[in-house]
Amino acid sequence: MSKMTLKTEGDTHVVVTRRFSAPPEAVYSAHTDPKLIQQWLLGPEGWTMPVCINEAKRGGKIRYEWTNGKGDGFHLTGEYLELEPYNRIVHVERLHLPDPTPDNHVETRFDAEGTGTLMTMRMTLPDAQTRAAMLATGMERGMEASYVRLEGMI
Amino acid sequence: MTPVLSLDSAFSALADPTRRAILARLAEGEATVMELAEPFEMTQPAISQHLKVLEDAGLIVRRVEGTKRPRRLAKAGIQAMDQWLSMLRKALEKNYDRLDKVLATMQQHKKEETR
Repeated sequence: MSKMTLKTEGDTHVVVTRRFSAPPEAVYSAHTDPKLIQQWLLGPEGWTMPVCINEAKRGGKIRYEWTNGKGDGFHLTGEYLELEPYNRIVHVERLHLPDPTPDNHVETRFDAEGTGTLMTMRMTLPDAQTRAAMLATGMERGMEASYVRLEGMI
Repeated sequence: MTPVLSLDSAFSALADPTRRAILARLAEGEATVMELAEPFEMTQPAISQHLKVLEDAGLIVRRVEGTKRPRRLAKAGIQAMDQWLSMLRKALEKNYDRLDKVLATMQQHKKEETR
């Protein structure tokens, strides 16, 4: 049983849901505390995140740098727009590959469900073309773009 | 029909971000070289080169329509994309599996603190 779902919505959205057995407070912290983020937001085996800046406040900056230890690396930058501990985060982000990708506007909700959490991440891209490109190219890095459900595309 | 797909050439064709973007575009429907070149901000010769690699790998097919040669995904191309995407989807699931472990450790520490 897969706990994760992902689907495209309309022309410009990608929606990911995932259930966790921990309460929203913990899942929210794991998304905003650099020491915790560095332990899981890594993508494929062998990659690490030596630099993790995450200023969890309105207007705060995000910067994640990944490396595979073999000379390959890339980074992501972003800014926080809204934070409602421990329920909701709104931020924008872009990958630098090394040219920046168009801004991805991301709303992440953490809803209590029993003793656990239902996380819903709703990404909004500027247009359908950007979404298609993100789904195709961003996924290479095993990061946010790995969300596509093929049925949504073909 | 048995699509004979060389996985090696398919995967090396898929290893290029522009070619994956072309496939993603074709996943939305048939397109001419001009239509493909436009959103990618590439010259037609550059796009044609990528299309040749994709064709040789059996991922796309062309049709003749007057002077146009619209391309579409081959069945093998769809399957290869499917495989590629499920691989990447697994990478994302791996993130969340790791997060499960981080959360379990956090809960454990919390229990120990309140004990």
